[in-house]
Amino acid sequence: MSASHGGSTVGSALVKRGLADMLRGGVIMDVVNPEQAKIAEDAGAVAVMALERVPSDIRRDGGVARMSDPQMIKDIQAAVTIPVMAKARIGHFAEAQILQALDVDYVDESEVLTPADEENHIDKWAFTVPFVCGATNLGEALRRIGEGACLIRSKGEAGTGNVVEAVRHLRTINAQMRRLASADASELFALAKDLQAPLPLVQEVAETGHLPVPLFCAGGISTPADASLVLQLGAEAVFVGSGIFKSEDPVRMANAIVEATTHYSDAAVVAKVSTGLGSAMRGAETSTLETRLAERGW
Amino acid sequence: MRVGVLALQGDVREHVAMLHEVGVTATTVQRPEQLDNLDGLIMPGGESTAIAHLLGTSGLREPLAQRMAQGLAILGTCAGLILLSTTVIDGRLDQWSYAALDVAVRRNGYGRQTASFETELDVVGVGMVPGVFIRAPRIDSVGPGVDVLARHDHGDGLHPVLVRQGAVWGASFHPELTKDTRVHRLFLDSI
Repeated sequence: MSASHGGSTVGSALVKRGLADMLRGGVIMDVVNPEQAKIAEDAGAVAVMALERVPSDIRRDGGVARMSDPQMIKDIQAAVTIPVMAKARIGHFAEAQILQALDVDYVDESEVLTPADEENHIDKWAFTVPFVCGATNLGEALRRIGEGACLIRSKGEAGTGNVVEAVRHLRTINAQMRRLASADASELFALAKDLQAPLPLVQEVAETGHLPVPLFCAGGISTPADASLVLQLGAEAVFVGSGIFKSEDPVRMANAIVEATTHYSDAAVVAKVSTGLGSAMRGAETSTLETRLAERGW
Repeated sequence: MRVGVLALQGDVREHVAMLHEVGVTATTVQRPEQLDNLDGLIMPGGESTAIAHLLGTSGLREPLAQRMAQGLAILGTCAGLILLSTTVIDGRLDQWSYAALDVAVRRNGYGRQTASFETELDVVGVGMVPGVFIRAPRIDSVGPGVDVLARHDHGDGLHPVLVRQGAVWGASFHPELTKDTRVHRLFLDSI
């Protein structure tokens, strides 16, 4: 929702997407307290995601995962100068309203939390705060953008430390965009139907060759090499959840992933920062998981 | 003319596209040797703490300071302005900056993201241009050698948003996020 006062407009698509543009080439880190938020900022994170439990703990603990306690979000906002994001459940617009009232910088309508609505996502156009949403394919990404998302992240499989799903989702989105770019105008109607995506957005991707909003990567990134991989596959920035604070040496891991993200195409730099890092988070084989978070949202 | 865009983090692509649009070949800068032979440099928007950190780890911090001392023309937008300023208010306790532009900036001086805004700005010698402010730094004061090229009234009086001190230019806003190339042209014409 945009609003004008005295010649200035807040909440426009340009200023919402603009913050995502500023985060490009950076690392957004999951943090559960102000101390972790400081470590993230010290290491060069471009933003932090404030949540009560990182995805691997949500996975372990089970139960309903909800929006974080506002006090915890406020404490993290007070601790750092970089943007603070927070998660709302899919479809839970009241949680999103609370996060907007708390003045968070981005709301993640996230499959990592337990969905609140199995049919509808949040009407994100109704908000001044911008939203990021996950996607496993192009149709899902364009449906979220149609609902007002200003940033898309490939979902991956959060909390596993396994990058395989993130790679699958990025490759799928990119392959489907290439298909649109090579289609002729009359094919786009049927392709929009197959993708179950709004036709104007399908036509826009066919014209430009990329999403109308930035595309970041999330879910399973746990080493500098993982960051380099997904950036080379076309992600413009990375979200790292459990991968930092579940590793043996979070400070070094955070620094290393930040540097690998900036210099992702320079293997000598990625090799240097990968050296002697200690062990990454333990991780899980995704084929044995009981709950596939990426299947939440549609 | 060879103009670089500091490419450690942030909206590098938009600046490169702006330069391309006005017929200037841009080079991206990630390593010290890439500063050689540049006539100008753009420091993009992004997170100033992250870019400052990466200037250190990439070995660019000192070589860039030397090029500034030699008079390299520089345009900093948003985070770039913060990094060029003499005084940074509301930053991290250990926040450093190049002190190449005699201004005091307040980080997130207009508020957090929900206060980010678009407006129109009257730029000296150019006319009305779109101004996009994203968690923008606010220029609280300028030193005697600083020219103010645009001001904005955010409901509490006019204050500078585009400034120049010799070869060093700073903008609180993001001309690169719009299709209007005139602020970039103004900077390039000065080189």
